[in-house]
Amino acid sequence: MSDYQNTRRPGIAWRGLMDRCEPLIEWAIRLCGYSAILFIFAILFFIIWESRSALFGGVNLIEFFTSTRWQPTSEVRPEYGILALIVGTVCVTALAMLFAVPLGLGAAVFISEFCSGKPKEILKIVIELLAAIPSIVWGFIGYMVLGPIIMWTTGAAVGVNMLNGSIILALMSVPIIVSVGEDSLKAVPDSFREAALSLGASRWEIVYRVLFPAAKNGLLAAVLLGVGRAIGETMAVLMCTGHAVQIPRSPLDPVRTLTATIASELGEAVSGGIHYGALFLIGLVLFVMTFAVNLAADLVVKGIRNEQ
Amino acid sequence: MSSEDNFHPPSPPAPLPQAGEGSSGTDSHPRAGEGCVGTNPFAPSPLENRKKIKETIAQWILGAVAVALVVPVVLILGYLVVKAWPVLSVSFVFDNPENRMTAGGIWAPLVGTFFLVLISLAAAAPVGILAGVYLNEFARDNWFTRSVNLAVMNLAGVPSIVHGLFGVGAFVLFMGLGRSLLAASLTLAVMTLPVIITSTREALASVPMSFREACWNMGATRWQTIRTIVLPNSISGILTGVILQVSRAAGETAPILFTGAVFFTPVDPSGWSSFFPYGLDDRCMALSMHLFTLATQVRGVSDEYLYGTAVVLVGLVLLVNGASIILRGYLRSRKRW
Repeated sequence: MSDYQNTRRPGIAWRGLMDRCEPLIEWAIRLCGYSAILFIFAILFFIIWESRSALFGGVNLIEFFTSTRWQPTSEVRPEYGILALIVGTVCVTALAMLFAVPLGLGAAVFISEFCSGKPKEILKIVIELLAAIPSIVWGFIGYMVLGPIIMWTTGAAVGVNMLNGSIILALMSVPIIVSVGEDSLKAVPDSFREAALSLGASRWEIVYRVLFPAAKNGLLAAVLLGVGRAIGETMAVLMCTGHAVQIPRSPLDPVRTLTATIASELGEAVSGGIHYGALFLIGLVLFVMTFAVNLAADLVVKGIRNEQ
Repeated sequence: MSSEDNFHPPSPPAPLPQAGEGSSGTDSHPRAGEGCVGTNPFAPSPLENRKKIKETIAQWILGAVAVALVVPVVLILGYLVVKAWPVLSVSFVFDNPENRMTAGGIWAPLVGTFFLVLISLAAAAPVGILAGVYLNEFARDNWFTRSVNLAVMNLAGVPSIVHGLFGVGAFVLFMGLGRSLLAASLTLAVMTLPVIITSTREALASVPMSFREACWNMGATRWQTIRTIVLPNSISGILTGVILQVSRAAGETAPILFTGAVFFTPVDPSGWSSFFPYGLDDRCMALSMHLFTLATQVRGVSDEYLYGTAVVLVGLVLLVNGASIILRGYLRSRKRW
């Protein structure tokens, strides 16, 4: 008994101190818990604050959203119209989703329903690897490898164009679609599968007739999160999409996105100038776009929970 | 790590019972009408055959889709390594860049990446873990908690370049840190915070409620329970999240582009100080920034040098990721409940 007490004594003193500080620790935990909200508002505040030179007077907001002419460095008459940039972002994202959604959802269904044991583990690890490759490396691959391939196969004038960026973006957003999609398929109760099996459904019929309707919200959320990821991607599209401010007419045209514009021009913009403010305003537009997409995904997922 | 894994029964076994009457005769019983062609009541009907064919086609297509995701990973990684092979050596990693960055090694950017990751980890890990503890252990289910969760989710969805803009506004200008290692690290820390929060919360949620109840019954307070029961039992999941943060922070470029990373800054070429080339308020080099600038803005860089830089960056990230996967598997196998 005395041995026990002797060995534990220093620990008891330390723990006593910890216990006396408990209210303090609880407050620290609460404070950290609130930090996410704090940071969201701080991001919003600082971006608006830094864009003040453009937001209040420097830039005509109607022109900002409706003009396709983005010439911020023109000495005669600088113009700040981001319509072409928005169209660029939307086009690249849409084309990327055209590749990524069938691939991602198909792989999610395969992993969740047609596959088990070792192959399943290997597939999941490979998809995690896909998610782990940094965006700058994806950009590098698109720029150095995919660009020449596209020039060679399609005869396009430049290899870095909308198609290139979309393929790279698709590969980057597939992992999130797969993992969220698989989770939502996994969330469908097994009694649904068993009921369908006992009615004589084949595995494909279970997927098509039972799982898709039951998990449609989760799958939609997966797609939305993929869209959010694709909109916000910066370095890969900066290197792969060709960087020409124009409304694309074909997938082989080079385009420029909102994110790439900020990344390429902020370094040269004079701090506090109108150009600088306009770039932060683009950041605000991006923030609002991704916020809306993520919020939609969240509401869609909440929808399932309420139904069940 | 989620506990659902344990409760999810394996997907249906490979030979599925066929539809209709056929199923009663397929596996265990010999077919009733074996040999009597034409009168076999259990022979698959045309409808069943079509279903079977459809299922096989669907399975092959979906399998092809899944393999189509594996192939690019293997091809890309293989191609990068093959192209980089001529320059990959110990001296490539441990030498500093020479001749206007077109020769030599990548030691200085590599150290910069280490510093960025470590400092951002030191800033983000305590806050993120405590926030996860708050969300799982303290928060009640009310509108405020829901908005905190929503904020975490949206923080994870904010584009990395917007984090960079926030870093410029908040750390570089408002806090007066200037473009420095510290400002860049803090920007990375904010960006990776939601990853840590989410994985900590999931890890804590997988600790069974009965553990906590038992501890409370012994008279322990909430903090004592967390410290002695909940955190030790969920440390594996928390570590996995922290490691994932490391790998994400190591590869990012956009947030540090304007907050502290530069293409070139003079560093001590050798000796002890080459391990600590940057002070907290110095600008620093980073591997991702190095690759970006070399690939797009510097002429006369040999291809091998570019691919070598990319391979080291990918290798670093995959190494960290692999470590987290192995750690997760090991700790899952030792799980006591």
